[in-house]
Amino acid sequence: MTIRVVLPHHLRTLAKVGDEVQLQVEGEITLRSVIDALEARYPALRGTIRDHGTQKRRAFVRFFACEQDLSHEPPDTPLPVAVATGAEPFFVVGAMAGG
Amino acid sequence: MGSVRVLVGTRKGAFILTSDGARRDWQIDGPHFPGWEMYHLRGSPVDPNRIYASQTSDWFGQQIQRSDDGGRSWEPVGNEFVYAGVPGTHQWYDGTQHPWEFKRVWHLEPSLTDPDTVYAGAEDASLFRTTDAGKSWQELSGLRGAKGNLWQPGAGGMCLHTIVLDPMNTERIFIAISAAGAFRTDDGGKTWQPINRGLKSPYELPDPDAEVGHCVHRIAMHPSRPGVLFMQKHWDVMRSDNAGDDWDEVSGNLPSDFGFPIDVHAHEPETIYVVPIKSDSEHFPPDGKLRVYRSRSGGNEWEGLTNGLPQSDCYVNVLRDAMAVDSFDDCGVYFGTTGGQVYASADGGDTWKPIVRDLPAVLSVEAQTLP
Repeated sequence: MTIRVVLPHHLRTLAKVGDEVQLQVEGEITLRSVIDALEARYPALRGTIRDHGTQKRRAFVRFFACEQDLSHEPPDTPLPVAVATGAEPFFVVGAMAGG
Repeated sequence: MGSVRVLVGTRKGAFILTSDGARRDWQIDGPHFPGWEMYHLRGSPVDPNRIYASQTSDWFGQQIQRSDDGGRSWEPVGNEFVYAGVPGTHQWYDGTQHPWEFKRVWHLEPSLTDPDTVYAGAEDASLFRTTDAGKSWQELSGLRGAKGNLWQPGAGGMCLHTIVLDPMNTERIFIAISAAGAFRTDDGGKTWQPINRGLKSPYELPDPDAEVGHCVHRIAMHPSRPGVLFMQKHWDVMRSDNAGDDWDEVSGNLPSDFGFPIDVHAHEPETIYVVPIKSDSEHFPPDGKLRVYRSRSGGNEWEGLTNGLPQSDCYVNVLRDAMAVDSFDDCGVYFGTTGGQVYASADGGDTWKPIVRDLPAVLSVEAQTLP
């Protein structure tokens, strides 16, 4: 399946990509499988979205899709059908910080 | 005549400042990595166009960038810093034990002989090394064996911020950690010993014989005399004439013995520079006057250098990695401030002028003297 992913500004510059990337993801479309595919395609993103060792989401990174906050969902949670079919993008977002 | 390249890390990107040997007119290139905290950039002494940079973010973690063309282009290299074995614990603010957790790289120190070998000083305090130009990093975990369980973070975090390589003994490395102290290895990093005898920190460390726990801010060495070390401690400027085995205070007539950076003139091993800062709570120059102090006697006797520096209403700080010297015959001295200015002196500190005034807060300054 072709999955659309929107990255935050700093990760776009790090990975040297534009506003949206498209990934080929095999099997079930989950948080884990999409981020696995993202890191495989753009190795510079390893460690920036989830911890190298624990694979836990970094504290100030959030996941959204179809106007749902998926940040606290388990990694094997299937993403919405609209994401899995490429109709909607999956968003990786830097958490807001005041000041 | 040659040229000079000054590498500046700031809270919001990196900048590369270049000039010819006259050091009057400067070109400003940047920001590189805009928006990222650039803790440190450092070129290889073997291949000056090989530059390593520590790029960090509270959001997206640690990156190491490498340039092979003097900073014109960059590639991210390895960013996986894993503590060797079971990392164990260190002292926490409340006196309990706390697990070691990697946060960021504060300082990069390329090898004096191999452009692919670099040491990285990290928070939580640890020393890593790459031998493949940054692709992979391995911890020199023997350092944490030097009473690491007793180390405790200061307010700025428990960071390994200083790495000094001995140019005459490849097995000897000096490092400093806030707020654990100074340490030395004589076997290439396998084993380490604290070298803090003579440091006095009565308010933080009532035990006058405490081996660790001293808040060392910076260590400097002249390459011709690697057994002589100079230290800016939280309070006190210190020197050692026996590779850190013993330290003596040389604060002398400084208006404040608190500060962060310390550096040594390129050609005069007894000429050293500090920037006194009012402390403990204010962290800006005494009386609003930004003054570099120079000692030509290796300490104790200091002269304030003010020509070209603001002498009223100046309340910036100069951080520990934000001073450097070049190696032209007339030694250049550089420092950056938390107000975003980078000042340069092309005459060993006699006169100063700002190269650039309005950068983000400066975290680090390094100077490369190029042919």
